[in-house]
Amino acid sequence: MSDLACTWLGLMATIFGLGTVLLRSPVHSALSLVMVVFHVAGLFVLMGAGFLAALQVIVYAGAIIVLFLFTMMLLNLEQHDNEPHMHRYQKWLGFPLGGALLIEATWIALAQANPSETLLGKYSPERLSELGGTAFGIADAMFTSYLLPFEVAGVLLLAASVAALSLARKPDEDIMKAMPDMVSDAAGSMTQPSVQESKLNQSPTERGDNH
Amino acid sequence: MVDGWDIVILAIKGLVVLALLALAPMIFVLAERKILGRIQARVGPNRVGPRGYLQTFADAMKLGAKEDLIPPGGDKLIFWLAPLFMAVPAATSLSVLPIGPEVEIGRTIGLWVTDLNVGVLLILAMGSLAAYGPVMSGWSSNSKYAHFGALRSSAQVISYEISLGLAVLAVLMYAGSFSLVDIVNSQKQMWHIVPQILGFFIFAASAVAETNRPPFDLPEAETEIVAGYHVEYSGMRWAMFFLAEYANMFVASMLVTILYLGGWNGWTIPGLEGIMGVMWTLLKAFFFIFVYFWLRAVLPRLRYDQLMGFCWKILLPAGVLNLFLVAILRTIWS
Repeated sequence: MSDLACTWLGLMATIFGLGTVLLRSPVHSALSLVMVVFHVAGLFVLMGAGFLAALQVIVYAGAIIVLFLFTMMLLNLEQHDNEPHMHRYQKWLGFPLGGALLIEATWIALAQANPSETLLGKYSPERLSELGGTAFGIADAMFTSYLLPFEVAGVLLLAASVAALSLARKPDEDIMKAMPDMVSDAAGSMTQPSVQESKLNQSPTERGDNH
Repeated sequence: MVDGWDIVILAIKGLVVLALLALAPMIFVLAERKILGRIQARVGPNRVGPRGYLQTFADAMKLGAKEDLIPPGGDKLIFWLAPLFMAVPAATSLSVLPIGPEVEIGRTIGLWVTDLNVGVLLILAMGSLAAYGPVMSGWSSNSKYAHFGALRSSAQVISYEISLGLAVLAVLMYAGSFSLVDIVNSQKQMWHIVPQILGFFIFAASAVAETNRPPFDLPEAETEIVAGYHVEYSGMRWAMFFLAEYANMFVASMLVTILYLGGWNGWTIPGLEGIMGVMWTLLKAFFFIFVYFWLRAVLPRLRYDQLMGFCWKILLPAGVLNLFLVAILRTIWS
């Protein structure tokens, strides 16, 4: 039963993975990628790592690929825009590099008598159940042996988001420089009341009774 | 261990979830129209059946008989898939919600379909998938109104997910488990709303926004963009969007009940824990569904910048503050 499910999930993940690469429309590619994420999450569940599966769906399907789709929709990428814009060497380097990765993975898998046990490292199923589940296992690894890389990654992401914000703010400042009145309005530092302000400050009788 | 009865019981539980998915929206729609009518000093639907109780069944029959239009120029496959991406996550979330304690009917049966040890995360994952339905339908409809609705919806769902997650995180810190059953059981002495009143309000506000309900219904604002992402849908495909929206409301109400209001914990008659538990859970959940209708009746729709500002400038800092306070409380009390 579990072998059948594993085969099915692996097969579907591979098919949708090919779809991600080969489909012409970028939106179709992104949705294929979502399906790949789902099927890999299913494989995680089969391995007893429900926590990883849930995180996979939340982070990749729920946040990252939605942002891909969001961007595609915002830029409105048309279907006819499917000319290959790849780098000149991409086509020639892609196959050898991908092949090398495949050979490496196969070699590692075949070289071990019991590959799954070796690849698990110090987090064997017994150790995980002793800790209390996958979530605790990940926390154990993240906050003990890998604490420094984890914190550095956090700082890196913060720096990236600050950089993105500062890049996004640039045009605003240019507009403000071009129109000094708007700057004073936005900053709220009124040296002299603008036209609207002076209208609001008038007493009701001055505005007239036309309401 | 697994015998015939286990399979029968599991099948019955599955059927109950499917029935909930199909029938609960029908009842909620009628309740919504009646309550909105009362609040706005009018009668509401009162023509079909006794006092209008059969109105939604008539509506469902009408929707079933309508023509299934597919707009030209769009992407047919994605247009066809989008309602499924709305309805399937909603149904999946329903399957991990416990509606009552374990009961003894010849054997011990838990009143939930499955007690996953990552139940909360599964619901959050399914909630994050809720962005796909609007995005896919908006993009494939080849209509500018649908497109705007989809853009608004995806930005809104992604933003409010963060404050929702922060509020849930504080509850998880208290309960020490991802399982919804464990979370309910951890509230036997005190409901989580008592130490986490701030988190409760953050969660409730984010949940209303996540389900795209008023006053956060910008993606389908009828006065600005007609009906938003599902403007091109008709008949049963449109009904699936509708079904998913009400099922999501039910999931959100159940989640508030389970995370903050003690689930089935409440005053019980000895010997009738099962029935009383289900009654308490549903009573609390129905109260929140009433709050949804109430909000729709009394609050105007937010502007888009207000919607985003509310999430990033108020809910998010409040969520971090809540997490901080709860961590301190947890350390002091344990």
